[in-house]
Amino acid sequence: MRQRSLVILTSVLTTGALTLTACGSRNDDSKGSDSGNVTVTIGVDAPLTGQNSATGLGIQYGAQIAVDDANKNKTVPGVTFKIKALDDKAIPATGQQNASQLVAEKDVLGVVGPLNSGVATQMQQTLASANLVEISPSNTAPELTQGKNWQTDKSRPFKSYFRTATTDALQGAFAADYAYNGLKKKKAFVVDDKQTYGAGLSKIFKAQFAKQGGKIVGTDHVNTGDRDFSTLATKIKNSGADILYYGGQYDESQVLTKQLKDAGAKIPLFGGDGMFTPTYIKTAGKAAEGDLVTSIGVPVDTLPAAQDFVAAYKAKKYPGDYGTYGSYAYDATTAIIKAVGEVVKDGKVPSDARQQVVDAVQKTSFDGISGKISFDEYGDTTNKQLTVYQVTKGEWKSVKSGVANPK
Amino acid sequence: MNTLPQQLANGLFLGSMYGLIAIGYTMVYGIVQLINFAHGEIFMTGGFGALTVYLALPDGISMWIALPAMLIGGALVAVLIAVGAERFAYRPLRGAPRLAPLITAIGLSLALQQAVFNWYPDAKSARVFPQLPFGPVHLGSVTVQSGDVFLIIAAPLCMAVLAFFVRLSRTGRAMQATAQDPDTAQLMGIDTNRIIVIAFAIGGLFAAVAGLSYGLKYGSVSYDMGFIAGLKAFTAAVLGGIGNIYGAMLGGLVLGLAEAMATAYIADIPGMHQLGGGGWASVWAFVLLILVLLFRPQGLLGERVADRA
Repeated sequence: MRQRSLVILTSVLTTGALTLTACGSRNDDSKGSDSGNVTVTIGVDAPLTGQNSATGLGIQYGAQIAVDDANKNKTVPGVTFKIKALDDKAIPATGQQNASQLVAEKDVLGVVGPLNSGVATQMQQTLASANLVEISPSNTAPELTQGKNWQTDKSRPFKSYFRTATTDALQGAFAADYAYNGLKKKKAFVVDDKQTYGAGLSKIFKAQFAKQGGKIVGTDHVNTGDRDFSTLATKIKNSGADILYYGGQYDESQVLTKQLKDAGAKIPLFGGDGMFTPTYIKTAGKAAEGDLVTSIGVPVDTLPAAQDFVAAYKAKKYPGDYGTYGSYAYDATTAIIKAVGEVVKDGKVPSDARQQVVDAVQKTSFDGISGKISFDEYGDTTNKQLTVYQVTKGEWKSVKSGVANPK
Repeated sequence: MNTLPQQLANGLFLGSMYGLIAIGYTMVYGIVQLINFAHGEIFMTGGFGALTVYLALPDGISMWIALPAMLIGGALVAVLIAVGAERFAYRPLRGAPRLAPLITAIGLSLALQQAVFNWYPDAKSARVFPQLPFGPVHLGSVTVQSGDVFLIIAAPLCMAVLAFFVRLSRTGRAMQATAQDPDTAQLMGIDTNRIIVIAFAIGGLFAAVAGLSYGLKYGSVSYDMGFIAGLKAFTAAVLGGIGNIYGAMLGGLVLGLAEAMATAYIADIPGMHQLGGGGWASVWAFVLLILVLLFRPQGLLGERVADRA
């Protein structure tokens, strides 16, 4: 009897372990072609399932289209590019494991991603120690490029980390300026999800809103994965706030806005680029009407250079939302492709190719589909465009574009 | 404006949902002394079952017609999975050491999550759930959101029916007898296997009601929604005294109220600002659990033997 239960226990444990291993997603859907005699892989790390995956998939397929274009146009003679996309589930530890995996694969010469700033903090060190270039299309936490004391004493922590997104220092301030001057809101309630991205963004919003003369009437925090905000909604309503600022992702805010409006507080929810996805409107329904976000860059559908990209994304029926980070992922991938083009000549990969790619990316300058792509001495994009979007009749409509210039 | 009535109501709604799920933990534990950790996933499949029915119905159908069908569909799926789990995963281990079914339950929980994740269309991220077609209801100073209306009708109703069933019906009394002493109950002519299946089925049914309320309340269902909800409901069952059905409901309500009060008021206590708010709600709920268990290890309504079912 004892023996039998032991056998059962072991088999159950094994089954469990196998199930767990099977969870890793394998998204090698790129095909090699005959256009080159050496294959260079570009790693992609983003949340592809679960939380944040609507915007995360936009990164994966944005990068995929960039690689397809490069292979089709033979941008780098003798080189075939392929994408290796790994799912970090928006979990920092998983991002770090993915980084180690990408470092270990010899033909990976660059990484696009991750989506979440919190994940980036765990990936930077691993990728930097292998001199593997990393370009994030969406990380906005200032400390990633400008160090922990970025407000007083900027210093770049990792030479191999770049981003095509502007920082929260600009985004949070841009939002605060628009809320105070554009919307004429005077009393803000600020909520964040305690993650690197959300907490950073809300902190900057608070500071700038107060500086303008607005009043912060209350603050609170939520956990990622929470779905019940009814208590919080009552608190916000009772605080007399005329706007709610939320630092975090769409997963929580789409439920929060619904419960807020149901509780009878008819005030808009204002958030950052992590909320800028049609999924937000689909889930929140009518409650989303009038809500606002700031997002990086100018609306992708208005960029003439991005029309082919949008058409390709739609034609291939890729899942996820290209509108948030897709064009930035495309440009980040193109920056790596161009750098590889300068390093890999005649199909020969030099032994210190990774280091040379980092140097080439630092010097890169070209017109991408989202605007001019080049990086300053911290690895930040020189393109500081931001846009405010508002939900109007069930769609995100741009209301104001501009260059953030916090006073 | 005094927010206390509203905050109490918020806590009660949340607590009713915890209570509905907790019934499943407590029924099964009362009869076979098994913590069915897959119960959170049964709750999740109930939500997905209801969603499937809605998607199968013609577009634009009135929610008033769809809702009963969704309830039946969700209940069917959840009960089938709960009974199937009992038959194929737990019954073969009935005589095995207690650890074996416990580990099986955890394995089953993972398997169900992954099955929905991999095979349900577009379930890799949260799926949008249909909403009831009316706005919030105002009762005095309290606002009741549309999803909660279903919950405050369904939860007490389910609970009352269950109480009558366990107290008065033949099967209910047989359940009480099996809970007290399965061997003697069997000698008295009670088919204990049937009783155990019924306990799982009732747990599944309540989980499906909770799954549907979850979808209506939060506007989406996801493959991983059962994990946190299941954990909270298990806490509620322990808080109320595991094995006692009234305890499960009471534990759920106490837990929901504790979370609401912690979110709403702890930050206002001088010097406690850092420890209040939504991010700390679960911490305070578990502090309460520890305190209750310190002074009443058997839980609020837990008793050694009497009236377990």
